Amino acid sequence: MSEITAEQVAHLANLARIDLSAEEIDRLTTELGQIVDSVAKVAEVATPDVPATSHPMPLTNVFRADVVVPSLTVEQALSGAPDRDGDKFRVPAILDEE
Amino acid sequence: MTNVTKLTAAELSELLTDRSVSSVEVTRAHLDHIAAIDTDVHAFLHVARDAALATAARIDARRAAGDELGPLAGIPIAIKDVLATLDMPSTAGSKILEGWIPPYDATVVKRVRDAGLIPLGKTNMDEFAMGSSTEFSAYGPTHNPWDFDRIPGGSGGGSAAAVSSFQAPLALGSDTGGSIRQPAAVTGSVGVKPTYGGVSRYGSIALASSLDQVGPVTRTVLDAALLHDVIGGHDPLDSTSLTDSWPSMAAAARAGLADGALKGVRVGVIKELNGDGFQAGVSQRFTETLALLSAAGAEIVEVSAPNFEYAIAAYYLILPAEASSNLARFDSVRFGIRVNPDEGPLTSERVMAATRDAGFGPEVKRRIILGTYALSAGYYDAYYGSAQKVRTLIQRDFEAAFTKVDVLVSPSAPTTAFKFGEKMSDPMAMYLNDVTTIPANLAGVPGMSLPMGLAPEDGLPVGLQIMAPAKQDARLYQVGAAIEAMLEASWGHTLLSQAPELAPNDMFTSTEGAV
Repeated sequence: MSEITAEQVAHLANLARIDLSAEEIDRLTTELGQIVDSVAKVAEVATPDVPATSHPMPLTNVFRADVVVPSLTVEQALSGAPDRDGDKFRVPAILDEE
Repeated sequence: MTNVTKLTAAELSELLTDRSVSSVEVTRAHLDHIAAIDTDVHAFLHVARDAALATAARIDARRAAGDELGPLAGIPIAIKDVLATLDMPSTAGSKILEGWIPPYDATVVKRVRDAGLIPLGKTNMDEFAMGSSTEFSAYGPTHNPWDFDRIPGGSGGGSAAAVSSFQAPLALGSDTGGSIRQPAAVTGSVGVKPTYGGVSRYGSIALASSLDQVGPVTRTVLDAALLHDVIGGHDPLDSTSLTDSWPSMAAAARAGLADGALKGVRVGVIKELNGDGFQAGVSQRFTETLALLSAAGAEIVEVSAPNFEYAIAAYYLILPAEASSNLARFDSVRFGIRVNPDEGPLTSERVMAATRDAGFGPEVKRRIILGTYALSAGYYDAYYGSAQKVRTLIQRDFEAAFTKVDVLVSPSAPTTAFKFGEKMSDPMAMYLNDVTTIPANLAGVPGMSLPMGLAPEDGLPVGLQIMAPAKQDARLYQVGAAIEAMLEASWGHTLLSQAPELAPNDMFTSTEGAV
């Protein structure tokens, strides 16, 4: 059995930057426990002699020539931004007041 | 005049080429049909009526001027909302991207436009492609054209419902764990997940980058092949794109329609993907299909893939882990909505957290939290690391099987379309639905679903899945077209000709924009 606690889910939500409500944390604590118990079975066959596969079709060193190619204009790049200031994305304060 | 919405893309291609119909006529017929029935089906999140008719008129003018056009020029296509489109909103079914119009086209969209196809609009999907039913779309579910009380599959339920209700002859989908094949199975249509890297993902809003693949959604195998030929091939903008040169998939499908195409084909039946947990009518149609294959000269070989048992567990670690990383881009700064917290100071971190709380639905939150857990210090080796080892074992199972057989087959999904709400309260029940389709994604091999009948107990479509070794997509089309022809000959009709006629809704919503 996994031992997922509400504190742990609250911590994960903070790491993932999702402001979950107390009810959501409660529900996710139960669900996550069930899902983790179920997926933990991967450990049954994942013995040390088995190499890991990260990508189904292994490719290495995909390079391209170091030349300028067409890219988005500033206007295009900013076109979907919720807020802007001239040619820049405008963001709320990065640091807390404290 | 024939009802052009009932024709396949291959048939439309002939009529357009000899100019017995115009692209404007074909496009208008589909748009009118969308207006007539899509309030009930809800396959589309956006319909670009005026743009589609304008594009169709341009194609007609080019044809009249004697321009050399590709086989699919002038034929309408529906585009899954996960794909970025310059002129239409691209939300991936999420509130966090509501109204977002990307500043670029996905490569597959660009290729479709360059080939002269007519984009009709964007199709509904589970939010960020997380789901098997479209019930997790932030914009409401799509209804299965065979029974409006049932799911159309997911995540690409919108694309599958659009082609199976004749609102478009072709559609684009994306398949991370079955999102093209399972909707095809439950709607009686055809869907193909190409070899990983065979089709560009540039501009496909990423779910799990080591699994995602874009592919065709159609009503026939030949149509899927024709669309595959348009969208496939190397794209320098996608660094996971394979540089191989590919044979014509349409030529392979046509070869499959020749007499005796199934003679001597070694068909492997995966022992682990049938039996317990599979609906009786699904197993019955599968057994009957194997008997027909045998009678057509194919050699049926039972093969075992012992590690497939661990595929779902591995998938629901790898996918959430990669998704939690990919979805970090939704930071309320560069695109999408921004929501301020109800109280407290407005810092970037707090605004981001409030935005993601408001913008993400329950399944997306569940998977991000699960993925964050699987990747966190102390758990990484036990979960994500072990899941990647399972991936190796599943690849080995495929390799061993393909030394004995040419293709592998299984039912595409364990059941026919289930009812709305049936699996919403139990995440694991929803996840188990993907048991048949996930192994192909984990191993990167191509897979196809095509209709193999109606389940006797509920009269709903059942899909056959065919899988081939990596890069052997052409074999999939050849065998798939042969099996499709064999089954249709045994029925005396296409499966979709048995689907209920959908009555037009009272109010036509034929204006540009959301429907």
